[in-house]
Amino acid sequence: MDAAKLEFLRGTLDVLILKALTWEARHGYAITSFIREQSDDALLLEEGTLYPALWRLESKGLVQSEWGLSENNRKAKFYRLTPRGRRQLQQETATWQAYASAVSKVLAASQPRRLTEEMG
Amino acid sequence: MSLNRMWRRYDRLLGPDVASDVREELRFHIEAKVSDLVGQGWTEDEARKEAERQFGSLSALQREGERIGDIIGRRKRLREHWSDAFEDVRYCFRKLAKSPGFSAVAIATLALGIGANAVVFSVLNALVLRPLNADQPGRLFVVEHRQHASYMQSYPDYIDYRDDNSAFSGMAGYDTTDVAVVIGTSAVKSYGYLASGNYFDTLGVRPAEGRFFHGSDERGMNSAPYIVLSYDFWRSKFNRNLNVIGTTVSLNTHPFTVIGVAPRDFHGTEMFFWPDYWIPLIDAQEIGFSPHFLANRATHNLWILGRLKPGVTPQQASDDLNSISRRLAQQYPREDDDLDARLVRPGLMGDVWGDSIRAFLAAIMMLAALVLLAACANLGSIFAVRAADRARELALRLAIGASRARILRTLLTEAVVVSLLGGLTGMSFASFLLQLLSRWQPFVDFPIHVVALPDGRIYAFALLLSVGSGLLFGFLPARQIWQADAAQAMKAGTSAGPVWGRFSMRDGLLCVQIALCTLLVTASLVAFRGMERSLRMPLGFRPQGVTIAETQLNMGGYTEVQSWPVQTRMAEEAARIPGVSSVGLIDRVMLDNDCCGGESVFRQGATDFRSSQEVFVAHNFSVSAGYFAAAGTRLLAGRDISWRDEPNSPPVAVVNVTFAHLLFGNTPAIGRHFELYGGGALYEIVGVVEDGKYQTLTEAPQPAMFFPLAQGMNSNDTALVVRSALPPANIAARLNRMMNSIDPDIPLTVRAWPDALDLALFPARAATGALGVMGLLAAMLAVTGIFGMAAYSVSKRMKELGIRVALGARRMHLMQTAISRPLVLLLTGSALGLACGMLATRLLSRVVYDANPSDPLVLAGVVAAMVLLGGIGTWVPARRALGANPSALMREE
Repeated sequence: MDAAKLEFLRGTLDVLILKALTWEARHGYAITSFIREQSDDALLLEEGTLYPALWRLESKGLVQSEWGLSENNRKAKFYRLTPRGRRQLQQETATWQAYASAVSKVLAASQPRRLTEEMG
Repeated sequence: MSLNRMWRRYDRLLGPDVASDVREELRFHIEAKVSDLVGQGWTEDEARKEAERQFGSLSALQREGERIGDIIGRRKRLREHWSDAFEDVRYCFRKLAKSPGFSAVAIATLALGIGANAVVFSVLNALVLRPLNADQPGRLFVVEHRQHASYMQSYPDYIDYRDDNSAFSGMAGYDTTDVAVVIGTSAVKSYGYLASGNYFDTLGVRPAEGRFFHGSDERGMNSAPYIVLSYDFWRSKFNRNLNVIGTTVSLNTHPFTVIGVAPRDFHGTEMFFWPDYWIPLIDAQEIGFSPHFLANRATHNLWILGRLKPGVTPQQASDDLNSISRRLAQQYPREDDDLDARLVRPGLMGDVWGDSIRAFLAAIMMLAALVLLAACANLGSIFAVRAADRARELALRLAIGASRARILRTLLTEAVVVSLLGGLTGMSFASFLLQLLSRWQPFVDFPIHVVALPDGRIYAFALLLSVGSGLLFGFLPARQIWQADAAQAMKAGTSAGPVWGRFSMRDGLLCVQIALCTLLVTASLVAFRGMERSLRMPLGFRPQGVTIAETQLNMGGYTEVQSWPVQTRMAEEAARIPGVSSVGLIDRVMLDNDCCGGESVFRQGATDFRSSQEVFVAHNFSVSAGYFAAAGTRLLAGRDISWRDEPNSPPVAVVNVTFAHLLFGNTPAIGRHFELYGGGALYEIVGVVEDGKYQTLTEAPQPAMFFPLAQGMNSNDTALVVRSALPPANIAARLNRMMNSIDPDIPLTVRAWPDALDLALFPARAATGALGVMGLLAAMLAVTGIFGMAAYSVSKRMKELGIRVALGARRMHLMQTAISRPLVLLLTGSALGLACGMLATRLLSRVVYDANPSDPLVLAGVVAAMVLLGGIGTWVPARRALGANPSALMREE
């Protein structure tokens, strides 16, 4: 499967960004790296969509930004979760997992029983 | 880490620059990507191309970033603003809680000021500003008769105005009346309206139940025996029973069909007077009005209420009506000679009550505003003192970088918070008072209501006043903060604020406050004095020991001819009651609410009876023999009316002094004659009695004439006037028993005459009460102001006083040092206020009878009051000054 073509479902990007910020404040580049590495290079973020998503999260008060220094001592904007962002992450994670397991249950189904009865 | 902090400082210094932030952020990302790619073996150039390619359009991203950044920035600033404001409010509450005494005084002062204003404004709103409860009330006007004494119009003139004008879309006529309504078995005297058929349609009011009468119901005299009940009357007397619609009730023994119930919030077209019912005007005769009531063009008995057509101005409308007036004057020169029409606002009996009520309320509103102004001056000086005491703290805050604007905001927040708390307290107090007022019914048998419950407008007004006065007195000390020099304040500790010569702004404020208070105290004393004088004025009768029993024989179904024997029998039987010294009958009780009517008087031999040719209009009364003795009216010359003045004997009259003087100058009046409108009868004057008060206590002497009841000028309204030394309750019981034996169907109202005078005294009492309250508020403000000033100046100078005591100063000297300044201010302020009071005579004379501030008693009263208030205000501080203990004081600090 072509990893670059794996499209993000609506709203998935936001929850991934929040997840990336769970343990520490990160700058945008670190967020892309985190998502790429954690997905074993399956999810490749486009920079053109990452930053608007980050800014929208900030304007919603889910993350908050601050200038700081990167690992190699360069000025970078770091994002951290706000308490509201953390709550949002928990909720969305739960929703996502419920959704994913429901979808996979359906996809894993064998031939439906009702159909069998009708045929019999 | 140190660099990190440096960046932050840099960030804060330059403030947020959204565009460069976005640029920097994106640049970092590209650089990081480039160095990663180079690490993987890409060439620098290709790596950069690759990194930028991944971004797509950088400039679009930049724009998006700036847009969102702006939003974030705006929200952040707003949040900071609110959290600052919140901090200010919290700080201010902490400060107020630390000095509860100060807070309580400040809040109470404002509560008084704002509460007083809210109450007065509510009444003003209820009576003057609030329109009638009708459709588009702004287009409704009363068409008043300017020239004639009664302001009202006659029915034929009303019909002509109604049918011939082109400016009004509808024109209704009405009058108030009272009838005996039989409910169950008992007759109840109740008040209501006689209204033209188009009354409800002109107003645009719809019935709550049943139907209203309309213009189409009028098919000639007595064609519409219908009655519309007011909602309250329907509820209290008929238990909201819908079946009552369609049944008949007896009004003055005539059957009327109940056709509908008015809406609950519709109380007719006069503000005070809440009617129980509406009856078609054309059926007036059935409840006992004479046939002339509607037929006579010279009988002015109707209020006309018109609705202007859209686009027509009141001026155009009155021009239109006056062209009709001129035509009528030509057509009916005898009756309509001086006819004219003027549009006035409806609701307060035209200008009869309207003028004086509006003037009174405006004046009281002004006084209430003065009370609030005095309260603000008071708080201004308290806040100035506090600001001065906090000068060191404020200077410190200035020095460590707080901006003046920030400090100013803190101070203003404090002032506004105090004033809002004060406003809240004042408003709750006011709405309590207003609820009492609205439930209050000053007269048991007369439907007067003043409903002045607070509405949105009142709350907005109170809020506006609170914030306004908070800013007003908050800015006074703020000025001195603005001019404060941090270094100077730190050194000096306290600064007294701006100083003009030897007096500071604080002194000026106190002076203004005391002047305002003196003015208010003067006003209320003037009112009290006027009231007292009007009570002592000769009434022309002596109400003490007199009981009045009023009957309306028409309510018992008697015609005028049948009335006379009943009336004489009443008088005869009442005279036989043991303990009764004299008894008389009169058709209308003086100073009662429906007293009095006038009649044009002409000289003997007059041929031209147009009203422009009359000598004057005199009140006319019909009395029986013995009335003057029973009422205590002195007969100055000639003889009393006697029982021998009968229908067939020559017509005679007793007149009062003013009447005699106006008609005959200084020559004796006894034996001379005069004529009334229309001529025919020549009346011989047989007696002259003293002048009296007939309509109001404040009226100028008016001519009056008394005719024998037997010679029948009118009327079947009679009041039995009974003088006795027995207690009124005793007499009342006897009279009731007596009337029952004569005819149980005649409703009888028995009152002690002094009680019956309540209505006449009501305006004067209300005015005096209102002014008294204002004066009391002012006095309290004066005491707190003087007390605050004296207490402050003593506490600031305790150390100095201690030194003086140590050096052997005498008590007198000590007192002088401590409280001379407040006393000087008190004197200056009082003198100023008294001077203003003298100048405000004209204003006061609109409110109270015979206002005369230069009355020596008033002057003495004001001076005594101010000295007393000054004494109270300075007493405690002076005691404290005298108690200065040098050894203790020197050890302090």
